[in-house]
Amino acid sequence: MRRAPAALLLLAVLAFPLVFDRPFPRHVMIMIFLYGALATAWNILAGYCGQISLGHAVYFGIGAYTSTFLVREAALTPWLGMLVGAALAVVVSQAIGYPVFRLRGHYFAIATIGFGEIVQTAVLNWDLVGGARGLFVPIKRPDSLLNLQFHDSKAVYYYLALGLLALALGATRWIERSRRGYYFRAIKEDQDAAASLGVRVAREKHAAMAASAALTALGGTFWAQYVLFIDPESVFPLSLSILICLVAVMGGVGSLWGPLLGAVVLVPLSEGTRVLLGGTGKALDLLIYGALIMAIAVFQPAGLMGLMRQLRGRRAVAPRRQARPESAA
Amino acid sequence: MSAPLLEVRGLTKRFGGVVANRDVSFSVGPGELVGVIGPNGAGKSTLFDLITGFTRPDAGTVRIDGRDATGLRPDQICRLGLGRTFQKLRPFHEMTALENVMIGAFLNTADVAEARAAASAALASVGLGDRIAVQARGLSTGQRKRLELARALATRPRLLLLDEVTGGVDAGAIPGLVALVRDLHARGIGLIVIEHNMRVIMDIAQRIVALQLGEIIADGPPTEITQDRRVIDAYLGEAWRA
Amino acid sequence: MGCVYALVAAGLSLIFGLMELVNFAHGEFLMLAMYVAFFAWSLAGLDPVVGAPVAAAVLGAVGWLTYHGLIRRVLAAPMLAQIFATFGLAVFLRNGAQFAFGVDFLTVQDPWLAGRLSLGGLFLGLPQVGASVVALGAFLALYLFLSRSETGLALTATAQDRQAASLMGIDTQRMFALGWVIGGACVGVAGALLATFFYIYPDVGGPFALLAYVTVALGGFGNVPGTLAAGIVVGLVEALAGLLIPPAFKYSVVFALYLAVVLWRPQGLFGRF
Repeated sequence: MRRAPAALLLLAVLAFPLVFDRPFPRHVMIMIFLYGALATAWNILAGYCGQISLGHAVYFGIGAYTSTFLVREAALTPWLGMLVGAALAVVVSQAIGYPVFRLRGHYFAIATIGFGEIVQTAVLNWDLVGGARGLFVPIKRPDSLLNLQFHDSKAVYYYLALGLLALALGATRWIERSRRGYYFRAIKEDQDAAASLGVRVAREKHAAMAASAALTALGGTFWAQYVLFIDPESVFPLSLSILICLVAVMGGVGSLWGPLLGAVVLVPLSEGTRVLLGGTGKALDLLIYGALIMAIAVFQPAGLMGLMRQLRGRRAVAPRRQARPESAA
Repeated sequence: MSAPLLEVRGLTKRFGGVVANRDVSFSVGPGELVGVIGPNGAGKSTLFDLITGFTRPDAGTVRIDGRDATGLRPDQICRLGLGRTFQKLRPFHEMTALENVMIGAFLNTADVAEARAAASAALASVGLGDRIAVQARGLSTGQRKRLELARALATRPRLLLLDEVTGGVDAGAIPGLVALVRDLHARGIGLIVIEHNMRVIMDIAQRIVALQLGEIIADGPPTEITQDRRVIDAYLGEAWRA
Repeated sequence: MGCVYALVAAGLSLIFGLMELVNFAHGEFLMLAMYVAFFAWSLAGLDPVVGAPVAAAVLGAVGWLTYHGLIRRVLAAPMLAQIFATFGLAVFLRNGAQFAFGVDFLTVQDPWLAGRLSLGGLFLGLPQVGASVVALGAFLALYLFLSRSETGLALTATAQDRQAASLMGIDTQRMFALGWVIGGACVGVAGALLATFFYIYPDVGGPFALLAYVTVALGGFGNVPGTLAAGIVVGLVEALAGLLIPPAFKYSVVFALYLAVVLWRPQGLFGRF
């Protein structure tokens, strides 16, 4: 992205809530940021490191439930609850990763789905955290940043979501430029060849998983504070995991901006169909998603970013390199 | 005399009903250039896999610098100073030549700029200096062989296991590759080279190990090997009786 | 029930053996089969047992269509694309069914196979027994086909070594398509059988898919006879788990079994990999 238009875009994004003060547009933007962040987090594990997790909602749910539980039982501010949630998500991710990373490809994907289902079922039957009834976040007035609750305006949520997105993007960018980022890409291509070059494959995978899980959990806490009610069906389901994948894949896995691009395209689409189609919208939009996933898989696995690259023609043989001056040959 | 760099004893590996390696024992000293020959299916690549940790042996030991390295993971073996190339080339297709080699260079540094410099140097030393920005999938077979070599070199190995250096390369490119291997040897890097091209092996090897049906049938200098009855029957044919 | 799982899994195993691709939409194929059987009954009065061949035919066609329309194009694509292709199909079919048929649970009323059978103190549902018998029969037919007939042998050959098979003049494309057709047909029969005693709704495919994956893993990916033994094991484990643990966790046990198998013996109990 070139300097001037990028700066303008950033300014526009920052100024958005000042111009649009109706809740719905703000909500759409918040959703774009949230899904963008979740997809970017997923991208670290799946896009860069090549481990396709189809059960990522697990970490979202852990984040949401941990902070909410702590708010209810320990009156702990969600900010700390968020950190606890992220830490817990990391621990769980390592536990899941231990058996699951020995698997490759399709088997790995199936295993992640399975874990997602197990956790959802477990929480569904666990009365301590509300079971099927879910948990309400205790309403606290007046609005405050400490309690992370705002009832009259979505403006603060907007900036928080934006902050989360920035965090996710920043983390991705940092990893991308580090040794770890190179190792991830090598593992994605051929983990055995990477091992022969001294790459500790298991350790790297676990690291990717940890980063991804932590970020996703942060998103979960945000969601809990935004909607003030959570239940297993809303934070753990397979459909959420699918959605996260789809957003990332649609935009382009393995690239920095891809997942955000996917969110920019898909979220308005999904909100739009929900408004237009009302009750039956639920099935129809997932139906369209299914078709979209297939189309992407067949025609352009690199997503929108890949499409853009193709349209731009014979650009650099290896794309999106900002940190490599010698490629300017 | 110090411990040999690599010593394998009694290595045995079975796959189902097939014995790929049976009681294989030999050693390699620092800086030695050993050739491994044998007909297809003799177990040469399996031997490499056993040494570098890609497969666990059913019996036998692998010792590096006198210490037991049997059953270690490939990345651990690499850290002990052994590098390898593969018979079926395995470049990281989507990454450029430079990035490919950087993965090897990263073993010795976490700094991206340093790794880049080391990788450039390695690529230049194998003659690919002008191709560093090309995506690996865009390289020819000969270039890919050099790339894999550079990649393994970047880990600064003390012993390199080369699986088929000249396989699939056209005749004109062979002298270049041979010169490269000689150059590596001159730098003090130990080499174990699997080769089918007898001319090449006779030319460069200080010692040759011959395998047949998973067993070692001869181990000695090239002149001895070419006289060995068993090797001639199994592999060389009469024409090589020098 | 194990026999039914085996039948469902047989198709999955075959497809995987042929082209190293897991069909994530297999559960949805089963769901479709059940709907087909249902409509055959409600519109044409065909009892599911009779409707089974119909379902097999329809699902065979679906399999063929899937292969030609979708799978063929992603055979050479990166694994991510392959996973998403069948996964997307699963999502599409599941929600398509919801869209077209609604979320209501449907049942086939008064099927031929109804009531109970008493075997020395054990009460077995007749539909289940009947289903097992038919499933076994179908499985046997499949086995005979694969091992005796020329086409069947060609199929097995292709699964074992694609290149060698094509060098021998076997048309691999046709074999792949055939694999999908048979896979679909197996699922079709299984679905029709299940329709006699199971509720039919869009999400029904999910748990069965999981059970099928476990069965295939247990029996050895690509090993069709092994799938039968594996199916029975899975069926037993599921039944036992259902008795000992609250039903909600039943699938967790099955899944744990999957993990155990895949980690300790990737070849499965009888596999060749």
